[in-house]
Amino acid sequence: MDNPAAGSIFPGMTKRSDILITGGGLNGPALALALSRAGFSVTVIDALPRPAREAGGFDGRSYALALASQRLLANLGLWTDLADRAQPMLEIKVSDGRPGEGPAPFFLHFDHAEIEEGPMGYMLEDRFLRRALLAAMEAAPGVTHLAEETVVSQEATEAGIAVTLASGTRLEGGLLVGCDGRSSGTARRAGIRRQGHGYGQTALVCAIAHEKPHHGIAHQFFMPSGPLAILPLPGNRSSIVWSERDAAAREIQALDAAEYLAALRPRFGDFLGDIALEGDRFTYPLSLSLAERFVAPRVALVGDAAHGLHPIAGQGLNAGLRDVAALAQVLGEARRRGEEPGALPVLERYEQWRRFDTAALAMATDGFNALFSNDSPILRIGRDLGMGLMSRLPRLRRGFIREAAGLTGELPELMRG
Amino acid sequence: MTATINTTDPAEIAKFEAMAAEWWDPQGKFKPLHMLNPCRLDYICSQIAAEFDRDLAGERPFAGLRILDIGCGGGLLCEPMARLGAEVVGVDAAAGNIPVAATHAQQSGLEIDYRHGTAEALVDEGERFDVVLNMEVVEHVADPLAYLTACHDLLKPGGLMVCSTINRNPKSFAMAIVGAEWVMRWLPKGTHDWAKFITPDELFDLIARAGLEPVDRKGFVFNPVTWQWRLSARDLSVNYVTASTRAA
Repeated sequence: MDNPAAGSIFPGMTKRSDILITGGGLNGPALALALSRAGFSVTVIDALPRPAREAGGFDGRSYALALASQRLLANLGLWTDLADRAQPMLEIKVSDGRPGEGPAPFFLHFDHAEIEEGPMGYMLEDRFLRRALLAAMEAAPGVTHLAEETVVSQEATEAGIAVTLASGTRLEGGLLVGCDGRSSGTARRAGIRRQGHGYGQTALVCAIAHEKPHHGIAHQFFMPSGPLAILPLPGNRSSIVWSERDAAAREIQALDAAEYLAALRPRFGDFLGDIALEGDRFTYPLSLSLAERFVAPRVALVGDAAHGLHPIAGQGLNAGLRDVAALAQVLGEARRRGEEPGALPVLERYEQWRRFDTAALAMATDGFNALFSNDSPILRIGRDLGMGLMSRLPRLRRGFIREAAGLTGELPELMRG
Repeated sequence: MTATINTTDPAEIAKFEAMAAEWWDPQGKFKPLHMLNPCRLDYICSQIAAEFDRDLAGERPFAGLRILDIGCGGGLLCEPMARLGAEVVGVDAAAGNIPVAATHAQQSGLEIDYRHGTAEALVDEGERFDVVLNMEVVEHVADPLAYLTACHDLLKPGGLMVCSTINRNPKSFAMAIVGAEWVMRWLPKGTHDWAKFITPDELFDLIARAGLEPVDRKGFVFNPVTWQWRLSARDLSVNYVTASTRAA
């Protein structure tokens, strides 16, 4: 755009890019890549040091990438190298359960063979995705990655936004995008308020190695205390996302590995044979945190900074990548028609596009969780009947599968096949 | 009559700034124009790119092109054209718009030549352009043929005119006058005189009689669910846009 990287009054002290991004996790680099392809110059401000982003050991974290997210990575040129690392999810089995009882008689079964687009999604370890994004971002034309830097102030003007970093460096751009998580400083400094609540639940996350193959099947058990997901990783390994009430989660997390496994084992039975822990164990308090606006003058929010969702359906990263694709498209279109990409009328198009989807998803996951995280006999019977009914209605089921694959709603161009 | 902001009265400057803010407020008085603008720009940009063989993904793709916007208002079309690299002249018969548009261009860091006047006056001054943007004007002029002839005269050989207006039929009466002026209050009552609306065939005929060759026409269609405008190849029933060229 106009004067890329041109210095202003004090050359060398103020650096100008078309777009500034706070947050160097996954959404930030993905957005930087997409914007670079649309012809923008971008600076990514990352609070973490570079080695933390590059670390290669398996730490137990992984993502369930919806098909739409996988397409985004493919369209950004990343999938060729990631494909071998990813485990396709061929089937999803959902059932109601209570510890020690195994699955209820009726369960939902989603098979990718019912939709024509291919697998419903892929499991990918955090380390592979993180490193691929870092490398691609650093190689992308016009992208600058500032590691170990934090923003201390930001000031929007009629013509753009100026940001001051803790190191004293001053950056200028036409737009500042906050990819800095649910406690987004970018949103706070822009005066955007948040709404939300905790669920009294905490997700326990770990990876396990198991004796028997998973055949690419993902399982979701709805336990009275919260959902338990078993998601297939390459080889005889799976990722476990396990929600418990806060107090119980704290106790379980404090257990040693053998006791932890002993607590986990009865919750999904023995269909995978003997299990062992791989990598670290993590806990994430479950909460909903929605920003009241996704945009402000010269500011846009992406991912958890806009909408921290209950991760019940594994939709956090997928929703974030959908923001990335939508924002990159809105800004790219604005640039090609000569509009000012950081101007509010342009940003409001992004907000309008993403707000509806997000509110619907937040309400759906909220309601879904309330319905399922309950041991009331009446609800339990209702659930079993509902699941039985859905199992018999192919059209409804196909709708669910396409929703889980991220193929519903208005798909951004970067997510189309 | 080139307008730079040469007033030194701070009260005047503040007034222009306030009016510029009003023109450029997406939720303000000019909301309907802001909603239509992306769609108009898509059409304009793609027509210019096709006619002059430019790549819209590149840097300043309209560099070297001289573009005139007739009825420029606050500069909603002039600024994007300037940002894409064109040398832009904006003309408006309402003198008050000129310093307002100039103020905003200055805030945006863009150089645009805004003038108070008319297409006919520019012809007399001997001005020539590669592109003439003639958007939502023809339905307001007293003598459309004389006006379109002036547009023809303002084009260099091989030049392009993009002209949009409103169709004349019961639906356009319902949408543009009852809907936009009376119900939604998007536009002040009396903005449009339905009898002056022009059908696409009539416009093509007028353009041809003015000496230009009509080459394309599309509808601007409003979707009340998504609250967005889009281009349509078939539905020209209310708002529509045309492209025509002057023989090389």
